[in-house]
Amino acid sequence: MGRKLLLDKAHIEGIRYYDVYRKNGGYAAAEKALKSMSPDQVTEEVKKSGMRGRGGAGFPTGLKWSFLAKPEGVPRYLVCNADESEPGTFKDRYLMEFLPHLLIEGLLISSFALGANTTYIYIRGEYAWIPDILEEAIAEAHKNGWLGKNIQGSGFDLNIYVQRGAGAYICGEETALIESLEGKRGTPRIKPPFPAVKGLYQCPTVVNNVETLAAIVPIINIGGDEYAKIGIGKSAGTKLISACGNLNKPGVYEIEMNISVEEFIYSDEYCGGIPNGKRLKACIPGGSSVPIVPANLLLTTAKGEKRMMTYESLNDGGFATGTMMGSGGFIVLDEDQCVVRHTLSLARFYHHESCGQCSPCREGTGWMEKVLKNIEHGKGKMSDIDLLWDIQRKIEGNTICPLGDAAAWPVAAAIRHFRDEFEWHVLHPDEAQRRNFGLAHYADPLPVAAAV
Amino acid sequence: MAEEKKLFKVKIDNITVEVEPGTTILNAARNIGGEVVPPAMCYYSKLQGSGGKCRTCLVKVTKGSEADPRPMPKLVASCRTTVMDGMEVANITSPEVLEARKGVVEFLLINHPLDCPVCDQAGECDLQDLSYEHGVSGTRYEFKRRTFEKEDIGENIKLHMTRCILCYRCVFTADQLTEKRQHGILKRGDASEISTYMRASLDHTNFIGNVIDVCPVGALTDRTARFKNRVWFLKPVDAHRECSDPKCCGKTVLWMRGDEIFRVTARKDKYGEVEGFICDTCRFEKKEVKDWIVEGPRKISRHSVITAGHYVGVHKPQETVAKVMDGRQPKLLMDIHSVSEVNMPQVDLSQIDGPAHSTDFPKNKGVQ
Repeated sequence: MGRKLLLDKAHIEGIRYYDVYRKNGGYAAAEKALKSMSPDQVTEEVKKSGMRGRGGAGFPTGLKWSFLAKPEGVPRYLVCNADESEPGTFKDRYLMEFLPHLLIEGLLISSFALGANTTYIYIRGEYAWIPDILEEAIAEAHKNGWLGKNIQGSGFDLNIYVQRGAGAYICGEETALIESLEGKRGTPRIKPPFPAVKGLYQCPTVVNNVETLAAIVPIINIGGDEYAKIGIGKSAGTKLISACGNLNKPGVYEIEMNISVEEFIYSDEYCGGIPNGKRLKACIPGGSSVPIVPANLLLTTAKGEKRMMTYESLNDGGFATGTMMGSGGFIVLDEDQCVVRHTLSLARFYHHESCGQCSPCREGTGWMEKVLKNIEHGKGKMSDIDLLWDIQRKIEGNTICPLGDAAAWPVAAAIRHFRDEFEWHVLHPDEAQRRNFGLAHYADPLPVAAAV
Repeated sequence: MAEEKKLFKVKIDNITVEVEPGTTILNAARNIGGEVVPPAMCYYSKLQGSGGKCRTCLVKVTKGSEADPRPMPKLVASCRTTVMDGMEVANITSPEVLEARKGVVEFLLINHPLDCPVCDQAGECDLQDLSYEHGVSGTRYEFKRRTFEKEDIGENIKLHMTRCILCYRCVFTADQLTEKRQHGILKRGDASEISTYMRASLDHTNFIGNVIDVCPVGALTDRTARFKNRVWFLKPVDAHRECSDPKCCGKTVLWMRGDEIFRVTARKDKYGEVEGFICDTCRFEKKEVKDWIVEGPRKISRHSVITAGHYVGVHKPQETVAKVMDGRQPKLLMDIHSVSEVNMPQVDLSQIDGPAHSTDFPKNKGVQ
């Protein structure tokens, strides 16, 4: 049974409320940090823990904090990135909905370490009910002296505000989030300057993911060294994985980063295998933006070793054989799934969510979707596959923010690993057109006779 | 003694240049000049915060700096990346850069109507030049292009959104030059469009006409001049006037044919950027020669068809017919201008919406 640090109390009834949370050891880490540690010591503990940001990029959190500029007379901000919009990723929602005080405690400790007296939780607009939960928890924390002026007599002041986004995926990108928080269009800024130097309102800002900030609590509780012992190598600690797709037990799991992908998919402790005994076809292990991997490469690395649920192992071998841990959105496809259709679905999403600021992403994502739509509906040509490949290559790496890469990688990986499926669609147009399930609303109108 | 400023040594396409810290790669390349200057569709040196969006100026940094010689992992936008001491940059010497640029041109053109033959910007269009230099003759895009209705955003400015490449220059101009911005980007992704809220007019300020000058394509055009003449038929002359608006530099280019001023623009440098912004009064209302002090012919140094055939140092050939006839003029059997039914002075071209056709000339109706 894997060790749980974030969800260990999730089963307790009423843990959402302050009294229950406090009774079960809540705010002990905050008490420890505020009363017996200096801000630098907290940062040091986080560095020692070796924790990497859980939003997707996997940058070491302690190192990110240490980059924060500290000019005199200028406020510093901490922003909690709760704009969880990546298809397949829903772990932060679970934390915020069931353990809001864990997040608030994490925010309190992190803000203390960073010297930020104002913290924002920027939450995805579609999570319509969660801001109320967070605000209720914030009010409870205020009432009990964990927020506001001179918290628990430590001399530290903190206010947390919840800001709802308007529902744009790009606002999960830290600079676009900051722009949106400032009341502007959510378009990414060009870096440098990085937010650590000029962020919110041109002040030094740290933007961290919900899970990252919540994980600060166990790090302080058990100590950075102890936390670093969990997991393998540079993948320290536990990670929340939101598993979905063709799985017997989809859901949010907390794993120690020392289990294999095979164990995660097939063991009863986690996903419990694939329904109806079907075979595993492919998996997107880190949220929709990371490359899809076929089953044979998912379970073993380039060296033939067992692939582990760690940053390094999933990334092993680069794009040819590997993928990425990303945000931990684990999407599994069984043998009946059509990769072309899934790729079209993703391309449609990225086209819809492109902010339109830079040309390759603005024009390229739409173009990819249109070409994919033709192929999927049996109207494509063989040259369209090469065209798709070329379009994604011209988007990747040439855009302002990583959305361009996020749009390009799934297409590239799908063609690389499943080219025969694309070719099948081209060679069997009639059969492809008859496969009109699920996305009927999205397909071009088909003759009645052709529809199944 | 004043302290000597430390300059950064940068190598672009193997040409070394010394520039001040804080200079961007693009501006360092402009210091060298010539072919090593990356193209720029959205960057505008006179507008704060512009650049980085169109991605045409991508370059490869093959050496980060003397202190950290690692190359940068991705291509960078040269207009927004500042130089470091010892930096080495590949522009036209990098096949990767040229390939990426070709890709960007293709992306920019998939929704552009390519209506150069009827576009008012033809001849001075940055996209036209860019496509000529980096594009390919065919397109691989087989889908319907997006189109928009033309919009009169004010008395003097026409917005033809179909041609827009969303460079944001006009938004920055309105933000930084006028008191109140009335237009911006609506929607997102490839549905984005420049527009005004509730189709408002852009006539509220005396500097909004500058959006026409900064537009790199024919999306924003001067309603008082559009379709009156092709730019290469006009003779640009430098002129100035004592403008009462203190923010107006008063230095302009008059685009003339004979004594008629067809349009007035700000003076642009060789990168197509204005030297000084001018007010709407100078631009739209001063169309008489007597309003201006003419300085002389303008030297156009841009690689454009505007440079064809005129301006400084032009040697006109002698009139051959007159020469062989010992100075006598030929006797014309027919003067086409006097008999043509097309050249009708009573038809005001500026009143015609869009390019003039023979059907716009009443006498010719039915003759087609």
